[in-house]
Amino acid sequence: MTSIQPGPESGSTPPLRPARPAPKSVQPSWAGALRQELFASRTDGLVSVLLIMVILAAAVGLLRWALGQAQWAVIQANTTLFAIGRYPIQQQWRLWLLVVLVAALSGVSWGLLRAFPRADRSGEIWPFNDRLAVALLGFLAAWLPAALALGLPLQLRWWVITALLVATRWLAGHWGRSWPPRLVKLVPMSWPLLYLFGMVLIAGGLGLPRVPPSEWGGLLLTLLMASFAILLSFPIGVVVALGRRSSLPLLRWASVLYIEFIRGAPLITLLFLGQNILGYMLPGGWAPDRVWRAAWVLTFFCGAYLAEAVRAGLSAVPPGQLEAARSLGLSMPQALQRVVLPQALRIALPGAVGQFISLLQDTTLLSLIGLLDLLGTARTVMANPEFLGKNAEVYLTLAVLFWCCCAALGLGSRALERRLDPTHSPA
Amino acid sequence: MQPSPRWLLALPLLLAFTLSGCADDSGSGGGVQSMKLSTIRGRDKLVCGVDGKLPGFSFLGPDGTYSGLDADTCRAVAAAVLGDPAKVEYRDLNSSERFAALASGEVDMLARNTTMTLSRDSAGGNGITFGPTTFYDGQGVMVPVASGAKTLKDLDGKPICVESGTTTELNLADRMREQGIAYTPLKFQTGDQTYAAYLGGRCVAVTSDRSQLAAKRSSFPNPDEHILLPEVMSKEPLTPASVNGDPAWADAMRWTVFALFQAEELGITKANVATKVAEAKANKNLADLRRFLGVEGDFGKQLGLPADFVPKAIAAVGNYGELFERNVGSGSPLKLERAENRLWTQGGLIYSPPFR
Repeated sequence: MTSIQPGPESGSTPPLRPARPAPKSVQPSWAGALRQELFASRTDGLVSVLLIMVILAAAVGLLRWALGQAQWAVIQANTTLFAIGRYPIQQQWRLWLLVVLVAALSGVSWGLLRAFPRADRSGEIWPFNDRLAVALLGFLAAWLPAALALGLPLQLRWWVITALLVATRWLAGHWGRSWPPRLVKLVPMSWPLLYLFGMVLIAGGLGLPRVPPSEWGGLLLTLLMASFAILLSFPIGVVVALGRRSSLPLLRWASVLYIEFIRGAPLITLLFLGQNILGYMLPGGWAPDRVWRAAWVLTFFCGAYLAEAVRAGLSAVPPGQLEAARSLGLSMPQALQRVVLPQALRIALPGAVGQFISLLQDTTLLSLIGLLDLLGTARTVMANPEFLGKNAEVYLTLAVLFWCCCAALGLGSRALERRLDPTHSPA
Repeated sequence: MQPSPRWLLALPLLLAFTLSGCADDSGSGGGVQSMKLSTIRGRDKLVCGVDGKLPGFSFLGPDGTYSGLDADTCRAVAAAVLGDPAKVEYRDLNSSERFAALASGEVDMLARNTTMTLSRDSAGGNGITFGPTTFYDGQGVMVPVASGAKTLKDLDGKPICVESGTTTELNLADRMREQGIAYTPLKFQTGDQTYAAYLGGRCVAVTSDRSQLAAKRSSFPNPDEHILLPEVMSKEPLTPASVNGDPAWADAMRWTVFALFQAEELGITKANVATKVAEAKANKNLADLRRFLGVEGDFGKQLGLPADFVPKAIAAVGNYGELFERNVGSGSPLKLERAENRLWTQGGLIYSPPFR
């Protein structure tokens, strides 16, 4: 497994490390590095000064607009719409419960990750990044609800939820090692359970009144669609990628057909197809709700692209790996599961995450088929005569929201890559 | 490939269900047969296709409820059919999927600023059935007051901003050619770009549907500095619609909307409808009013609707005048003139056939 990967990896890691253990002498070397980077020659200096001035001017202009001219009432008045759409107010406690559960489980998982570092990594319980993240969370909890002009009870809830996240992180980080191993093993398995439970909480069932998908909206719908498509497209992608490399002609051709059909049509076409054709194919009440139709189209779309990313990973694993595993007596599924796929998926991870991020952004297309995802909500809010012409405020907010979601995905995947990277030597 | 006997057994059962559905319907509707009406009653909800993103016509308020002229039309129909204006499920539809959604039965009716045209109405075209027009729109031209332009002729040789690839662009070209006015069209891909160019002074006029111009104007920094020219370059009768092939349902929708027109003519408002009903009940001489409000006669039954469908609809949204002023007229930020949308008694086009 070490014939391809380590070359570039080990080449790129060493220069990173010497920079870290020298925080004391940061000031001079920083300035020196800056001078070297920006003002090495006269032309360099001129270009740098010009660029810095342009960037500063743009930043000042944006800030002046955001703090002075912009009227943020359009966001403040519609926070509920942007967050959850038309979700009925009597049932909102279900979403709060879900947020509380997610916060608690995130805190526990985060703490345990630090309490049980991989054997070859440093075992710091509160590394710098984590302290930074907690500070950021605290700032957000204090500032955001106030900036959105939420009522005091709502502000309190967000404070409590943030406190819960930090507290569980602290507890699990400090005492996770002394917890019974069975409990610790339960934590990663509880995520899929929580996802299913969250679906029930959102949609209803098990004695809870049903909330039809047409009443979901805003960030809730966007995240739900994206997470549903991401989770389901992954197995589809793996199966289809294996199918495409299979020696069974029927399986191979079916996979090729599926991938090429999906990749041959723009997503918006497929979404329209899903919305319009299904109504004719199935009688009135039988077609799945349009929200689910869109969710499945997104899933199959993402699955096809993911299959190609996984196939790239599979191609990068030398055939000798499979042959060696087979000659050791592993069955084909065993060899795939234990030897080939772990390596292939690790290689495919960056590409797959890129696909996931673009999928998250593609959910904005749902607004074109009349669903109230984040962009759809934004468009209906901008159609409210009271808030006409407040497009800049709304779009800027959307951009920031999407950036946060995508950044979270990117950061998570990078952490995962680091954790899975077998060549990263102990720090 | 022989059909399984169990499936055959289910067939009469299915038939019985269908028949019992019809029997249900005739119970409340006096022999009026309408699949759609019984479907709507069965699910106890009217599914109404709206745009959802059009100022003044349909949009979501901060509390998650739909507002606007189109949304209120749905509400009135729900109140007439089901007795409760809240029993509406709105479906945001874009312009390309609206007719498919209606034809496939996903929505019961459209109140989605749809222009009534021959090809949409005809069985050989989109094959839908239009109700009464609820808003007479048309393409207009907006100019800054400071430009001094009073009619289209004053725009001779001037640049006009227009969104490219729209019927608006074609209409402008047609009308200007007819009148022999030379002009320079400045074309833009999106509405935002078009109005930004207009505000930036790159053209002396901008053209679009008059309701849209007014909506945009209300978002300008100084709305009073812009006026709409009197010329109307196209006819855009925005009309609610239902599916072809269910005339009873189309009638029910049509006469509910007419009732809102008639209510304005009779001076019945959301506020006084209850007292008017009491008045009609007390005074046997007010025959017209008694029939209109369902105190006597069987208008409701003839349509397959409850007897009190008219007062229910008025109580839900008010008469047409109230509907207009609240959503797009003086009571809204859009401040549209009634213009063609006045009652026929005041020189407008809003006219209800007699309730007789």
